[in-house]
Amino acid sequence: MKNIMAKIGLARLIIVLFLLFLLVMAVILEVPLPALFSNILVRFGMNAILVLAMVPAVQSGIGLNFNLPLGIICGLLGALVSIEFNFTGFTGLLVAMLVSLPLAIVSGYGYGHMLNRIKGQEMTVGTYVGFSIVSLMSIFWQILPFTSTALIWAYGGSGLRVTISLDAYLSHVLNDFLAFEIAGTVIPTGLLLFFAFTATLVWLFGKSKRGLAMQVAGSNEKFALANGINVDKERIMGTILSTVLAAVGIIVYSQAFGFLQLYTAPLYAAIPAVAAILIGGASLQRAKIIHVVIGTMLFQSLLVVALPIINIMAEGNLAEVVRAIVSNGIILYALTRTGGEAV
Amino acid sequence: MNLLQMKQITKTYNANKVLDQVSLSIKEGEIHGLVGENGAGKSTLMNILFGMPVIHSTGGFEGEILINGEPFTPHSPKAAMDMGIGMVHQEFMLIPGFTVTENVKLNREKTKPSFLSRIFGRRLEQLDKRTMAEDTKIALDKLNMTIDEYARVAGLPVGHMQFIEIAREVDKDTLKLLILDEPTAVLTESESTQFLAVARRLADMGISILFISHRLDEIKQITDSITILRDGELVKTVDTNQIEIVDIARLMVGREIKIAREDHKDQKVAAEPILELKGFKVNMPGEKVRGIDLQVRKGEILGIGGLAGHGKLGIANGIMGLYEASGTIIKDNNELPLNNPRKALAASIAFLSEDRRGVGLLLDDSIGFNIVFSSLELQDKFTTHVGPIRLIDNDAVKEHAEKMIEALDIRCTSYRQKVRYLSGGNQQKVCVARALTLEPDLLLVSEPTRGIDIGAKKLVLDTLVNLNREFNMTIIITSSELGELRQIADRIAIIYNGQVSGILPYDASDEEFGLLMTGKKLGELNKAVN
Repeated sequence: MKNIMAKIGLARLIIVLFLLFLLVMAVILEVPLPALFSNILVRFGMNAILVLAMVPAVQSGIGLNFNLPLGIICGLLGALVSIEFNFTGFTGLLVAMLVSLPLAIVSGYGYGHMLNRIKGQEMTVGTYVGFSIVSLMSIFWQILPFTSTALIWAYGGSGLRVTISLDAYLSHVLNDFLAFEIAGTVIPTGLLLFFAFTATLVWLFGKSKRGLAMQVAGSNEKFALANGINVDKERIMGTILSTVLAAVGIIVYSQAFGFLQLYTAPLYAAIPAVAAILIGGASLQRAKIIHVVIGTMLFQSLLVVALPIINIMAEGNLAEVVRAIVSNGIILYALTRTGGEAV
Repeated sequence: MNLLQMKQITKTYNANKVLDQVSLSIKEGEIHGLVGENGAGKSTLMNILFGMPVIHSTGGFEGEILINGEPFTPHSPKAAMDMGIGMVHQEFMLIPGFTVTENVKLNREKTKPSFLSRIFGRRLEQLDKRTMAEDTKIALDKLNMTIDEYARVAGLPVGHMQFIEIAREVDKDTLKLLILDEPTAVLTESESTQFLAVARRLADMGISILFISHRLDEIKQITDSITILRDGELVKTVDTNQIEIVDIARLMVGREIKIAREDHKDQKVAAEPILELKGFKVNMPGEKVRGIDLQVRKGEILGIGGLAGHGKLGIANGIMGLYEASGTIIKDNNELPLNNPRKALAASIAFLSEDRRGVGLLLDDSIGFNIVFSSLELQDKFTTHVGPIRLIDNDAVKEHAEKMIEALDIRCTSYRQKVRYLSGGNQQKVCVARALTLEPDLLLVSEPTRGIDIGAKKLVLDTLVNLNREFNMTIIITSSELGELRQIADRIAIIYNGQVSGILPYDASDEEFGLLMTGKKLGELNKAVN
């Protein structure tokens, strides 16, 4: 019994119990469950790749990647280019990803170099690099030479909009692919398949020679050195992978959400992703795909289920408050654990 | 009259006895030397005397301490200081941004009333900087030091910092006993000389000094009497003028050796060298190698010994490229690139580090992964091709790991068990297994039995001998335990001050080893014995 408890972990246990409590409340308050489940699946699929971006970062030893906005901006740029040239549907999705890929690789490489100079401070520095880049890009969104009317402000004729509707372009491309309905619950097959595909790639990399060297560099620098591994190079590798996944992740997220959000929207994008993987059982030193799946599922379920219930039971924006408490609380809890063992 | 008496002190850490019935007494105004190898229990003894929290959080100690004949239980460093015991630590405990005066007077500042203190109480009194500076000057004068007492500590030479630490202790009026823990380790030669003169001066003023050092010539030069510890036991307490340095060294390291050596029947030692070092220098902190010429014959077991801090550990680390090295390494008649671990491993050299848990193991990975990783990374073994990528072949890992676990008798639940949960001896065997998987022809082993219980020690050593006999593997074993070297090595090189002071056969006498360890020539043997 104690063993099982230890395996699940106190934090996760509390969250699961709270989630069960919310589900019971949902039944009592007659919130339609099939709609809730559809929602959970969509939110899971749209967030999971952003959470997955944490895995190579942790494995390579740079810790949780608080600089997710860097990759997100590369993804947004890809999507913008794709729209600018009027690509739609799957072609649009593919073009967006192909454009964002080299951007993410180059920026991840540069950021990785920077992280090698500030070993031990990656998470703090990452947070602020993220803030700076988002602010810098707020200027660039104004002056980048996009011309598509779907992208720029209707009045004035220059500068990108804050929110760009994807209705005519990428919206729900993955969500609606092979989607079907069981007992009122819609299964977003394409979305889930795409996550499964990405996760498999990351998993395969983790089992490969290159991936193992990266993980060894991340878990014991001295050991890696003694085995002839170039630790700095492996860390850069992890940073690039994480940045690329963030870029792909935001494209998947946006197509499900139906909008591209520019300007300050990416500012805090890392926080829910970090919280999710920690809830899933990852630590600052160790992260696996299973942590991504469990964590994203729990975290997003909590948000989806809590929203209607709290809206019925209380006035105002309490659901957002719960989200903030859970996500920031779990991060705080994880960072206070000595040695960064799993929450 | 004995100022300090420690009687029958026994201390255990997690059922591991680190001090066993050790007694020590110091007279007033005496300089007493405390010597012993790393792990002999010197630091633990001092921590007990100084009331360090680590002692009490691990269950206290047994035995009795008397100061001026009165029983004294040091339950905190504060209590020890109140009794007039001062300690100068190996690492400096100075605040770089503060001046010399502020550091010396830290937490014992002289103050005068001020406007605020009249309202809010004593803690807000103003510092009386002038009196403080005068006190500091007096303390520094006692040490024959001329340092500007208003200078900031940051940027002062290391030697000065050591003196400031001592000035802080000397400034305490109550100081009766000063503990100096390896005070000269960081000093230059001239600073050391000055330092020793100061120690003598303090003793003449009536302050007793407990002097801990690895430099035996200093111990011999300055102390009045000496206590020698070995493996947590008291070996001998003796007046300094009754013992020679050589004998001190011998008593420190020379345990009774039951030479259970097996015959050399299967050993094939070739005439040509497998490895040659020329003018080899390694910049490893605390274990500097300052120019070594050494030849290792193919098929032999070469022991490397010497006292701690003289550089014996630097050699293997330097060959593997883990610390910055210069000079020439010739392996199998080819020059080996320096500072490149990958090239060293590719040249069929494997290394068991003295820092087993840090360098040698991935504590949170499975036994199997630990065993195969080096070979997987460097030799592409244990992998299968899936399309363009190489994936780890878990079946091959399992098969090999289980073979190794059986061959080396690694006690574990399965090859999947995390290495963290193994005992020290079994962890060492995992390291051995990893090195063997590389199939090296030269194996470097550093402190293979450190932190391992006696039963496992023998197993590890036997394994090394077997490797040498069965696979004709050349082994260089570095160890602080001379007995261990003499048990399995054919020749033993003794390192002194970063250089080879001599190479002896395993059956040379204790006196000869003692001489070399203290940097003397073998020719002086007769003189020393007489």
